[in-house]
Amino acid sequence: MELNAKIPPGPLKDKWSFYKDHAKLVNPANRKKMDIIVVGTGLAGSAAAASLAEMGYNVKSFCFQDSARRAHSVAAQGGVNAAKNYKNDGDSIYRMFYDTIKGGDFRSREANVYRLAECSAQLIDQAVAQGVPFGREYGGYLNNRSFGGVQVSRTFYARGQTGQQLLLGSYQALMRQVAAKTIKLYTRHEMLDLVVIDGKARGIVVRNLDTGEIERHSAHAVILATGGFGKIYYLSTLAMGCNASAIWRAHKKGALMACPSWTQVHPTSLPQSGDYQSKLTLMSESLRNDGRIWVPLKPSENRKPNDIPETERDYYLERRYPAFGNLAPRDISSRAAKERIDAGFGVGPQRNAVYLDFSKAIKEQGKGRIKEKYGNLFDMYRKITATDAYVEPMMISPAAHFSMGGLWIDYELMTTIPGLFALGEANFADHGANRLGANSLLQACVDGYFIAPYTISNYLAGEIKSERLPTDHQAFVDAEVQVRAHLGKLLAINGNKTADYYHKTLGKLLYDYCGLSRSKEGLIHAIAEIKKLREDFYNDLKVPGGEDEMNGELEKAGRIGDYLEVADLMCQDALTREESCGAHFREEYQTPEGEALRNDEKFCFVSAWKWQGEGQEELLIPEPLQFENVELAVRSYK
Amino acid sequence: MDNKNGASTLMRKTLMALTGLFLCFFLVIHLLGNLQLLLPAEQAKQSFNGYSQLLSGNIFIKIISYVLYASIIIHCLDALVITLKNNKTAGKYVVDNRGKASKWYSRNMGILGTLILIFLVFHFKDFWYQYKFGSLPKDENGHKDLYAIVIAAYQDWWYVLFYVLSMFALGYHLLHGFYSAARSLGLYHPKYVSWVRVFGTGYSYIITIGFAIIPVYIYLTQHVLWN
Amino acid sequence: MKLYLKIWRQSDAASEGKLVDYELDNVIPHMSFLEMMDTLNEQLILKGDRPVEFDHDCREGICGQCGMMINGQAHGPIANLTTCQLHMREFKDGDTIYVEPFRAVAFPIKRDLRVDRSAFDRIIMAGGFVSVNTGQAPEANGIPITHEQAESAFDSAACIGCGACVATCKNSSAALFTSAKISHLAKLPQGKMESRKRVLSMVKQMDDENFGHCSNTEACEVECPQQISVLNIARMNWEYSLSSVLKK
Repeated sequence: MELNAKIPPGPLKDKWSFYKDHAKLVNPANRKKMDIIVVGTGLAGSAAAASLAEMGYNVKSFCFQDSARRAHSVAAQGGVNAAKNYKNDGDSIYRMFYDTIKGGDFRSREANVYRLAECSAQLIDQAVAQGVPFGREYGGYLNNRSFGGVQVSRTFYARGQTGQQLLLGSYQALMRQVAAKTIKLYTRHEMLDLVVIDGKARGIVVRNLDTGEIERHSAHAVILATGGFGKIYYLSTLAMGCNASAIWRAHKKGALMACPSWTQVHPTSLPQSGDYQSKLTLMSESLRNDGRIWVPLKPSENRKPNDIPETERDYYLERRYPAFGNLAPRDISSRAAKERIDAGFGVGPQRNAVYLDFSKAIKEQGKGRIKEKYGNLFDMYRKITATDAYVEPMMISPAAHFSMGGLWIDYELMTTIPGLFALGEANFADHGANRLGANSLLQACVDGYFIAPYTISNYLAGEIKSERLPTDHQAFVDAEVQVRAHLGKLLAINGNKTADYYHKTLGKLLYDYCGLSRSKEGLIHAIAEIKKLREDFYNDLKVPGGEDEMNGELEKAGRIGDYLEVADLMCQDALTREESCGAHFREEYQTPEGEALRNDEKFCFVSAWKWQGEGQEELLIPEPLQFENVELAVRSYK
Repeated sequence: MDNKNGASTLMRKTLMALTGLFLCFFLVIHLLGNLQLLLPAEQAKQSFNGYSQLLSGNIFIKIISYVLYASIIIHCLDALVITLKNNKTAGKYVVDNRGKASKWYSRNMGILGTLILIFLVFHFKDFWYQYKFGSLPKDENGHKDLYAIVIAAYQDWWYVLFYVLSMFALGYHLLHGFYSAARSLGLYHPKYVSWVRVFGTGYSYIITIGFAIIPVYIYLTQHVLWN
Repeated sequence: MKLYLKIWRQSDAASEGKLVDYELDNVIPHMSFLEMMDTLNEQLILKGDRPVEFDHDCREGICGQCGMMINGQAHGPIANLTTCQLHMREFKDGDTIYVEPFRAVAFPIKRDLRVDRSAFDRIIMAGGFVSVNTGQAPEANGIPITHEQAESAFDSAACIGCGACVATCKNSSAALFTSAKISHLAKLPQGKMESRKRVLSMVKQMDDENFGHCSNTEACEVECPQQISVLNIARMNWEYSLSSVLKK
């Protein structure tokens, strides 16, 4: 099988225009006859659903939350990048493209990344028009802040709640279409299977989480915008419900998964405080604009942070990466923190954290200014830890955060199953092996607002003759039988361990062996352990209650069953990539200074994985990456 | 489910606010008149009776008085409708400590209002009805001697106490009501909102103390000290 | 520490619910309230009982999904906090804690502590948006908006839709929720254009959903995790009166 990314011809900067100029269209009368399913109501999902509905398509939108407004895009704090160059600091589309390619350690597609940068400015316009209250200067013009991995200020923000504000914008656009009856919204519905007919995605099977009812929905195209699966690590910055089930089940129906092991570990999250802990709260990376990261020079230091004199502090990011200092990219910052913590310099009761200190910024800018910039983050920190970060440094630690990997897609955001699209974090595309801060909101929005409407029309133009499918089609019947059998199987085990037990155990395994650093030995060990854990899961799991009712444990069990399979593929993916790049750090491949050592000769490709059936090893299909506009360079932030 | 009668929750609250504020305005006029009772006895009698005569004869005052009656009735009926609807929409808890988040009098405007209504029944019976329909003696100027009625009314300590307590109910009702009315009418500028809060508090204190002091003063001066 | 829990259990909207007693040992002060509930559920599952259903997702105070009445207060004893941000250090060893769902006629109980807040979605549907299609947007800096205006709009827009305002209101009024959106959009030039129509239709929807009147007790602002100001309600009232008077 050859992967064709369908990159349009022409120079880099004209590719997207070329595509738009030549994409096929569906006339308005025909759009009314076409149904599109959108799974997920985060930024990508709601933006796509609203935009497609505005065009006149019939959209069915699904989310597992009790309202579309609660999708996890809501939690993104820091901002959204756009190459507006409002700061006159030398920003441009090309520079943003280059920063993103470099930030991703040269493991993403040039054309996709360029398009992301190209559409970024338009997104800010769109969001402002929707009423997103971005931060503004006193003169009334939009303000920017800087973010990790870049030397310009291109991040637009709405205090520390940018994701929430952007999501409310797209949610409101979605609800506007629900009111206009162009979208039918199904909240508390979870996709359990994809229905593929004649090789094309034609519908989904969902479970109503309030009643347990299984429903079938057919369409001419299916969009998965179900977000990332960092929750696989159990302790992560993600919401409790974030999962891989929709994309995994699509994967099992033939969609390829790309680079699933590339998980971004965010450097500034709150440290774990005990075994009972269910999530790690993120503190926005924007804090690194004014906060300085340090650990004591002495290992196992017991003094309080404010009692440690300047001379006995190690500002290790400023020391190791003088050019970028505290704004070094996430993978580098996280790894540097882990290095210090592992070497015994960690702070806090569990010795698993580093300090993020604002005393210098407060001295220079005043408490009021810091409060204005980060007030809600400081409040959140106080609520969770009962500590006042204006007085004492914050304690932070790395936490699993973002999945760069996901369903493989071509330039049109279409997976290897025709008619099945993946948008936002659910896909693999623009971020390569490491995502730059404030690019995730951007990618989700751009996919949903500006790309999907063109590419889906292009696909649907070839489907105008295909009739609406009745859901009593045999493929739907089979999918439902399969879904019911799987739910029944989970309920029938009736063992002695809860779903959370398996999730926690799996998460720990992944943190230890497929987290910030990986090794061949560790990965092989993890694969064996995951296999055992999976066997145990199907022997000793306990799910109370029944299938035909609200059953939170059954939902969890289904997601964790999938996670156990995803985890195996993640380890395989990490094992076969014998190089270090971005977030993927193989201990065997590093420079003498401990920096990642890429191998462009052998691994300049995207690893796409094909499901070969239950119990079979997945097949690796590489998609070679061609760099025609940038030179592959060692990624240095020194 | 549907709101068939057309009036929205906001309109009902606006009506409460408008009638309430009119009553607040009336209280000021009423208090200013009544303060004459604090003058030395003979002067008070002349002045108060003359003032009462003046009010009852003036066509403008007559119109105002009809607006007043209407305001009282509408304020009460609207409150009844609002309360009945609220009882239907409100969630009921087994353990309820929601009170910690707000002032008791802001949550009990209905009860305070009912107390005021009961007071008004007596108040109207004893003064308004007497003056309008009772056979009052005339004073030396030929005015109806309402002053005598007032003095006579406050001869019992329990009646004075009833008045004073009622004024406190009124005070708390005003303390929330005045400010709340401004809110319902849409005063949203933070600066003026805080002004209104200060003004409303001062107003409530003045009205309460002003009205409460009269029966006490009369009881003490006319019935305790002099007799 | 040890806790005595009295938790509302109700299998569905139609059936009767009641408070059920549970005892929980080894509660750690650093646990969040929801992690305490997780611990309880783990024990219930292993005993073969049905765990307590409760709404939660992001667990960092922004999705607005979690919501419980804890000891008769929305999101528990601390003001301006979501349940997921409430930590057990706020309770003492041996405490009895009552946990009930957010209650309002407009928020029917689905099961245990889960309630149906879709009424909020329908209020937004009635007009809580700017009517702009993808692609129509003009240049973002085309209309300057002062810093203060943008910050003030943000203050209103910060609502997470948790429903604590309704739960804590003696009348179950949704005035704070509805007014926050109305104000957010009315404060910005982009939203201003439709503000007359928006306020009438959102208020109508709010009433149709069976939320009560606003008595201006201001409890909602005290309990709101985002400290949304009651002045938004005043603004809604103003916009509403103006729009009603000027309606053609």
